[in-house]
Amino acid sequence: MTVLQIDNLGFSYQQRAILRLDGLTLNKGETCAVIGPSGCGKTTLLYLIAGLLQPAQGSVAVCGQRLDALDASACDRFRGHHLGIVFQRLHLLPALDVLENLLLAQRLARVSPDAKDARRLLDALGVGAFARARPAQLSQGQAQRVAIARALVHRPVLLLADEPTSSLDDDNAERAIDLLQMQARAVGAALLVVTHDRRVRGRLAREVQLEPPA
Amino acid sequence: MTWLRLAFANLRAAPLTSLVNAALLALGTASIVLLLLIGEQFSSTLARDARGIDLVVGAKGSPVQLVLSSVYHADVPTGNIVKAEADRWAADPRVAHAVPLSLGDSYRGFRIVGTTTDYPALYAAQLASGRYWATPMEAVAGAAAAREAGLFQDGRFAGAHGLVEGGHAHAGQPYRIVGVLQPTGTVLDRLILTSLDSVWNLHGEHESAHDDHEHDHDQNPEDKHDHGEAHQPDHADAHDDAREITAMLIRYASPLAATTLPRQINAESQLQAAAPAFEVTRLLNLVGLGLDGLRAFAGVLILTAGFSVFAALYGALKARRYDLAMLRCLGATRTELLWSLLLEGLMLAALGAALGLALGHGAMELIGRWLATSRGVSATGWIWLPTESWLLLGLLVVGVLAAALPAWQAYRADVARTLAG
Repeated sequence: MTVLQIDNLGFSYQQRAILRLDGLTLNKGETCAVIGPSGCGKTTLLYLIAGLLQPAQGSVAVCGQRLDALDASACDRFRGHHLGIVFQRLHLLPALDVLENLLLAQRLARVSPDAKDARRLLDALGVGAFARARPAQLSQGQAQRVAIARALVHRPVLLLADEPTSSLDDDNAERAIDLLQMQARAVGAALLVVTHDRRVRGRLAREVQLEPPA
Repeated sequence: MTWLRLAFANLRAAPLTSLVNAALLALGTASIVLLLLIGEQFSSTLARDARGIDLVVGAKGSPVQLVLSSVYHADVPTGNIVKAEADRWAADPRVAHAVPLSLGDSYRGFRIVGTTTDYPALYAAQLASGRYWATPMEAVAGAAAAREAGLFQDGRFAGAHGLVEGGHAHAGQPYRIVGVLQPTGTVLDRLILTSLDSVWNLHGEHESAHDDHEHDHDQNPEDKHDHGEAHQPDHADAHDDAREITAMLIRYASPLAATTLPRQINAESQLQAAAPAFEVTRLLNLVGLGLDGLRAFAGVLILTAGFSVFAALYGALKARRYDLAMLRCLGATRTELLWSLLLEGLMLAALGAALGLALGHGAMELIGRWLATSRGVSATGWIWLPTESWLLLGLLVVGVLAAALPAWQAYRADVARTLAG
């Protein structure tokens, strides 16, 4: 099953070309790294896949659905249900504890909240002991694991990660990539990592080099 | 449910700000509620005391003073009038009912009112014990007067000249309590009632012969009825022109009388006629100005609280814009974000309103209890006025308005740009 289908994608901002990607197809359970230097439009690619930006040309389809064909609310709901996103800055909601963050993600994804499932995922990521802790009480590594759990707790078809290793040392960077792969596989999600970090090279099944547009 | 929980979590995450804002709202609300409750019960007390009294006829002077003194027993009388002249108006066909009042003495601050049994009948008063007076110097005490001045059944007391404490006492001629009234929740509770004869007696308009009569009565209390009947014509014959009363309370035979009778009395006699309903309205308008001022002040308090809620939500928005963008990434729609912020304003307003209502009603109940023991006025905090529903609605609107701009900004925010920034 094709999870992600990108064709002839281009995006520009204020007359300036920001991103150029001829094509990329990702099937169920596949993993892929999009690697490129700063300014080649990696994060923009992520926003385009998530439907947070509209492509200037070409198309992005998730599970056969073009997101730019949906109205705003439908797009938000589609994104919540089908995608999981881990940003470089994690943005865990500070007013809620860890478990509540996960339950909220389930509700917003329109799947019925399942605290047991959420706790199992936290356990699998080694942060089960922090279920009732506030995000502010977590270390950077713990917080990232919670963010990964939150992105997967509703069992999305595609997990997107933006620079998941950039602020980590070598050991932790390696561990983060392993965790992403392992957990994505556990819920059957395809994984797309965008990064400029060369340490990610060779760790995922596929790699796409993104070049700055001419 | 999701958003209710999130809104609550967000308020809880900034407890000091939330509590201060709720407290501001609560103080404003409580002030308005208290003013509403006091105003309402004040005017209903006034209305209750003037029930069945369409017109007061008394000596010339200030009409407000006449009404205050003879209906509410709250001011000194304007003077005395000749009973015969008042009786002439009482016999007018436009008058259904007339009750004479004679004031002048008091006991421990409670006024002694010379009148007929028609007066307690105005307030549908019932005797708690004993009977009404039959002879001079017999008295019936209102419930509060009996309790506070220690006027028990068959007790004796000497009235003092004047309507406030400390007047010259009529020590030689004590009253005897022959009955005590049940509480009526009206001004009657704080009065001591007696016959007109008693008052005339004490003020030297009667010859010593009456004292003899009195002794007779005391010795033959069972015969009171006969004596009373035999008595009245005597008085009427002998003193018709001289005897004075303070005021006559009149009920019209038909509402039409209001258009002609007061004017005629004022124009054609030495008497003054004043309508309690009219004078009370005039008085309430004066008091109302003060209450309105206080109410406006409390309104400003609520408005200030609204601005404070706005400032808090708007200030928090900057810190929370990533959270809001993240919510969108997790699947929340723009409209849901809009509602979630409105909900926060609404929850703060509801919390403030609940606290304020509880505070206002609680304070009113405390004031009511104090008034009941110190003034004999019945007032309670446990009533709900229709206006309060509107106040509640207004508060929720303030909450929504305070959150409106932040909510709109959250609605409009561009997720990609926010996350990139």
